[in-house]
Amino acid sequence: MSVVTRNGSLTGQALAKAPTGIQGLDEITGGGLPRGRPTLVCGAAGCGKTLLAMEFLVRGAIEFDEPGVFMSFEETSEELAQNVASLGFDLEELERERKLVLDYVHIEPSEIEETGEFDLEGMFIRLNHAIDSVGAKRVVLDTIETLFGGFENDIVLRAELRRLFRWLKDRGVTAVITGERGEGTLTRQGIEEYVSDCVILLDHRVNEQLSTRRLRIVKYRGAAHGTNEYPFIIDTAGISVLPITSIGLNHVASEERISTGVERIDAMLGGKGLYRGSTVLISGTAGTGKTSLAANFANASCQRNERCLYLAFEESESQFVRNMGSIGLNLGRWTKNGLLRVSATRPTELGLEGHLTSVHRHVMDFRPRLVVVDPLTNFLKAGRQVEAEAMLARLIDFLKVEQITGVFTSLIHSSGAFEDTEVGVSSLIDVWIMLRDIELGGERNRGMNVLKSRGMAHSNQVREFLLTDHGIELRDVYVGPEGVLTGSMRLAQESREHAAAVTRRQDVERRRRKLERKRETLEAQVALQRAQFEAEAEELNILLKQQELAGDRLELDRKNMAESRKADGGSEYASRAPRNKGSKGERK
Amino acid sequence: MTHYPDDPKTLDQLSASGANSDMNRWQLRLYVAGKTAKSVAALENLKRICEHHLPGQYEIEVVDLLVHPQLAKGDQIVAIPTLVRKLPQPIRKVIGDLSNVDRALVGLQLRPAKS
Repeated sequence: MSVVTRNGSLTGQALAKAPTGIQGLDEITGGGLPRGRPTLVCGAAGCGKTLLAMEFLVRGAIEFDEPGVFMSFEETSEELAQNVASLGFDLEELERERKLVLDYVHIEPSEIEETGEFDLEGMFIRLNHAIDSVGAKRVVLDTIETLFGGFENDIVLRAELRRLFRWLKDRGVTAVITGERGEGTLTRQGIEEYVSDCVILLDHRVNEQLSTRRLRIVKYRGAAHGTNEYPFIIDTAGISVLPITSIGLNHVASEERISTGVERIDAMLGGKGLYRGSTVLISGTAGTGKTSLAANFANASCQRNERCLYLAFEESESQFVRNMGSIGLNLGRWTKNGLLRVSATRPTELGLEGHLTSVHRHVMDFRPRLVVVDPLTNFLKAGRQVEAEAMLARLIDFLKVEQITGVFTSLIHSSGAFEDTEVGVSSLIDVWIMLRDIELGGERNRGMNVLKSRGMAHSNQVREFLLTDHGIELRDVYVGPEGVLTGSMRLAQESREHAAAVTRRQDVERRRRKLERKRETLEAQVALQRAQFEAEAEELNILLKQQELAGDRLELDRKNMAESRKADGGSEYASRAPRNKGSKGERK
Repeated sequence: MTHYPDDPKTLDQLSASGANSDMNRWQLRLYVAGKTAKSVAALENLKRICEHHLPGQYEIEVVDLLVHPQLAKGDQIVAIPTLVRKLPQPIRKVIGDLSNVDRALVGLQLRPAKS
């Protein structure tokens, strides 16, 4: 099998292609069906063969100016016109404009008797005439195998079919031949052996009550093509094939940062918020506020005047808008002015590829800068694990290439490990915000942390996540010797701490006062002792004075006595004499 | 080349002769594409059968689709040659060169009528 990624110019030279105009199919085939050659489209009943063929013709006529001939062996022209009218194809108008010819070939076996040699020249002539009448470049034969029911002579029929495909090639028309899938063969009558250039197989499977349509290019001679099975859907815009797996990892990473809508979460994400075009996963158990947080992202996007697509799988638009009103988000104004589109669908409404295509359509049509899928888990219920992961990878790839920021919520079960998401998506996710229940002291509180965030320094701390009537608030949780506390336990702990602080403050105050008192006492004692000391000193002074006075008197008395005795004073008395002269004099 | 898809005039002309004929009137139309061996054989076989079974009450028209390709759609012609019994009703179709006379008679519902 050849590989998808091959140089486009190489294939272009190798084989001219006729674009189908069908979304996605041209990507897989590298430009369309082989020009001027027949292509076999086969599949079981109801898998969309006729529609694919019709869309190929109608788009060819409208978009590529290549008129077409639709030769139907099963449905009348009127039936065909009615069938595709719901897709907006007006076949009658196209016929009037001579861009399309519908030719219904009716074969009624009961009316026909084979009486000898014959050929299908009549059909050739009709086809030739139809092609000539509008200058058709494209031809559809739907379903030519019906002929086998109409004629008994298979040998003639097979020879004629071989001739027909040869003839179509010679005419240079790009033909699509549809065939009913047979047992063990691509078509019931094995006509794939006549059509060797391109074979497309359509498949319609039902898995767990959900149908998925798939398309695979079985063969494409002379051209590289995608060999995978590609899911496709049929809706009001026709067929869309999703060749998203062909997208490589070569998207451009934006440097631009955008806000999450919650300031403190921005702060946790390196202070600037998310990178544009990154993929955010918000996971958490039931009721942890995933939708509320996702709605904040949406609100922030609308505030930046950027369109946001919100895919709700659990709530209707009005319920969603109402509920978000309760946390202070007025989303109604965004839905009114067209910045926010809420697409609410049941996850089981469509198969996986249906959801993917619908996202694709919405994105192409609405051109949002932010897409929210809420919740991813429901989205992925619509299929098996492997398919779900593949589909999610496609979705994320697609959003990345379009530079659209993707926000996904994911419900996890509290019984499992916190980091265990339902789908192994973690490797695809750039920013993973985890919301969790913290059950403590008889109450549940919400905690939030950033599990990972590529390309930026992010906070590793758990925050308490509060939903208030004016929005989301983040609080630092109490982390102390008693562990992580939240909610009223946090409040209680905080008040306990507050009380302890007050007590400590009071204690200090008391000690200070005590010390003060001590100082005062000490000072009083010091003052007292000083007073005593001074009193003693005073006393001593008095005593000294008294003693001096007493000494003077003694001397005076002695002098007086000596004078009275007329005694010689001697040197001792003579030297003192001047001092006492006054007194002596006074006493004279 | 005439207009597509149908040229009502031609069809009217073709069926005009049989429009008011009685039940015994057989109107047969043989579609061929050019003068191929099969076409020639078919016409010869048809004439022989008619002369034998329906002397004097039949009418054969030969439509060459190479000349009037638009007529193929009206009678839902796929195989060539195709003989269409326009009258008596209902319409019957016999394909092939009519070399198998028995089958041709069954196809034209001449056999039960004859026996």
